[in-house]
Amino acid sequence: MKNYKITHLRELENESIYVIREVVAQFEKPTMLFSGGKDSIIMFHLARKAFWPAKVPFPLLHIDTGHNFQETLDYRDGLMKETGTTCIVSLVQDSIDSGRVVEETGVNASRNKLQTVTLLDAIEKNKFDCAMGGGRRDEEKARAKERFFSHRDEFGQWDPKNQRPELWNIFNGKKRIGEHFRVFPISNWTEMDVWQYILLENIPIPNLYFNHKRKVFNRDGVWLAYAPFMQLKPNEKVEEKDVRCRTIGDITCTGVTLSKASTLEEIIKEIAATRITERGGRADDKRSETAMEDRKKEGYF
Amino acid sequence: MEEQKFDGYLNMELLRFTTAGSVDDGKSTLIGRLLYDSKAIFEDQMEAIERASLGRGEERVNLALLTDGLRAEREQGITIDVAYRYFATPRRKFIIADTPGHIQYTRNMVTGASTANLAIILIDARNGVAEQTIRHSFIASLLQIPHVIVCINKMDLVDYSLERFQEITSRYLEFAGKFDIQDIRFVPISALNGDNVVTRSKTMEWYDGPTLMWLLDTIYIGSDQNLLDARFPVQNVIRPQNDKYHDYRGYAGRIASGIFRKGDTVKILPSGFITKIKSIDVFEKSLDLAIASQSVTMTLEDDVDISRGDMIVRENNVPNVSQDIDMMFCWLNSKPLQIKGKYILRHTSSEVKCIVNDVRYKININNLERNTLDKSITMNEIGRITLHTQKPVFADSYRKNRITGSAILVDETTNETICAGMFV
Repeated sequence: MKNYKITHLRELENESIYVIREVVAQFEKPTMLFSGGKDSIIMFHLARKAFWPAKVPFPLLHIDTGHNFQETLDYRDGLMKETGTTCIVSLVQDSIDSGRVVEETGVNASRNKLQTVTLLDAIEKNKFDCAMGGGRRDEEKARAKERFFSHRDEFGQWDPKNQRPELWNIFNGKKRIGEHFRVFPISNWTEMDVWQYILLENIPIPNLYFNHKRKVFNRDGVWLAYAPFMQLKPNEKVEEKDVRCRTIGDITCTGVTLSKASTLEEIIKEIAATRITERGGRADDKRSETAMEDRKKEGYF
Repeated sequence: MEEQKFDGYLNMELLRFTTAGSVDDGKSTLIGRLLYDSKAIFEDQMEAIERASLGRGEERVNLALLTDGLRAEREQGITIDVAYRYFATPRRKFIIADTPGHIQYTRNMVTGASTANLAIILIDARNGVAEQTIRHSFIASLLQIPHVIVCINKMDLVDYSLERFQEITSRYLEFAGKFDIQDIRFVPISALNGDNVVTRSKTMEWYDGPTLMWLLDTIYIGSDQNLLDARFPVQNVIRPQNDKYHDYRGYAGRIASGIFRKGDTVKILPSGFITKIKSIDVFEKSLDLAIASQSVTMTLEDDVDISRGDMIVRENNVPNVSQDIDMMFCWLNSKPLQIKGKYILRHTSSEVKCIVNDVRYKININNLERNTLDKSITMNEIGRITLHTQKPVFADSYRKNRITGSAILVDETTNETICAGMFV
């Protein structure tokens, strides 16, 4: 009977593939959010596995803040070409130009929060009825209560007190016209599971995740990557360090880790020993104790 | 399997468990303790709850704050929904479905229990076996959770008394005989001080059994899966329509139970057609054999008309095929059940309209008495109903099969999931 054991990574993989297949069966026009970060990379990998030998039967959607790491965009374009997948890009800049949102100002200015409006507009414009996201329940305490299939009202809002119960592996994606769903196929994965899976499956990831030299500066104990459009406080100075990214998001609010890890094995060792959560470097979560919950209610990822 | 070339962390088992206990049983503290002592809490999370505890004027770090996610919960100091937590040991990865224990939240407990292999039931050592203990155990039994660990908590408040522990244990076993739970263990703990949670208690030397963590880490879960009855509900049909795979027609799904092998003779439901498995594919690879819980794509020797909702089974081992269903249920919605009302039944990958014919009885979950006269059913109530479906359903009894034996009812007007059902 020993051969019949399924490891935790395969169990998680089987579950996620099942969820992605349910989305394609239950919705008319689904999409998958893709940021070029490791979570969306494995989610897309799982989607390819789910429908092989057919192509992934939906387009990806990238909400582009314009404040990207160039490596991420190159990686995205390469992957789309290789797999023959379409990726729709929606620009936060367009939402700013059309007056739908107002750019934040000051030293902590970030377009991270503005993405919500761009995302909801893109869902409406493309008539998507479901957007899959790479959110994981271990990331943040408000996410810990998120369902796999998360219902959004016609305003795109999440009501944490009125979620549909989710039992066994039966998912209910029924909705009224104008409403949509967010689905989180990798809900049950932890940061460690994601890295282990990348190693197990030998999935290529952007070089940003490995050790590289980069211009950085320290703000409130967090190392941030420097980009020319960022304002520095008087006491902050730009220096070059050996770093790697633990998460990849908008450059203005993604902390980098001082690290010499240059292989997946070294990254896994480093994470096993680390004592700070990956979102510990995310300035957007530090705005208040319920920052994530508030953004999610408004329709954030 | 390929995984065997990796050892250690790539080769761990997954255990899903649920926790039941009421507001004051110290459930959040216990989970906080498991996460903290297994080093699943990071410095920034710890600093955040230290700040929050101080801000509330509490003297010690309140581990319960780790699991109280939503703002309303922190304000009211209660957990109002199912939250999922994660931690790992070198041997296993754990997923906790943390559910609240108040009476009005039976539906959340049922939800958390539906995917669990193990339940932790907390008893306050000062109060002993209470109404809610019976309720929690009944739900664990109804949902067929294979393993139950009863934690007698707050032993520090009863002077770590062996007599008290034995008294509660024997009282529990008295009524547990009525339940259908295969494996029950007892551990005396103090979640607040950490006794017997992860590390052995120095104050309860009379207890020579395992700690809670040791049980979680080693309890045998290999036989929890049903590997006898081969059931494959079809989720999607895969037709690549490209040159290389021009004639490929695959049936994608997750094996609900049993084992399928390449070359097996299989029967398709509902058509009854008999054919053979040509291949079992998983992304550029073909398997000789696939087992319960694997997501695969099957191709068949014959060109048969199969669509979502159909089921592939063995010729000589088929589920019940019927339009009349008898099931245990838990009502999940504030809109009451309507006898003769029409609902949508969702079961595996199939969907069918149904009418609720009758409420056979409902159960008072505090004393387990059956009431056959009162047919009004509202939120959080448990009982037994009969349904008639528009088309036949291929189902097993829930006792034999937790996947093909479970279903939900969806309200046609609100689209909400209003009922959880377990086939008798």
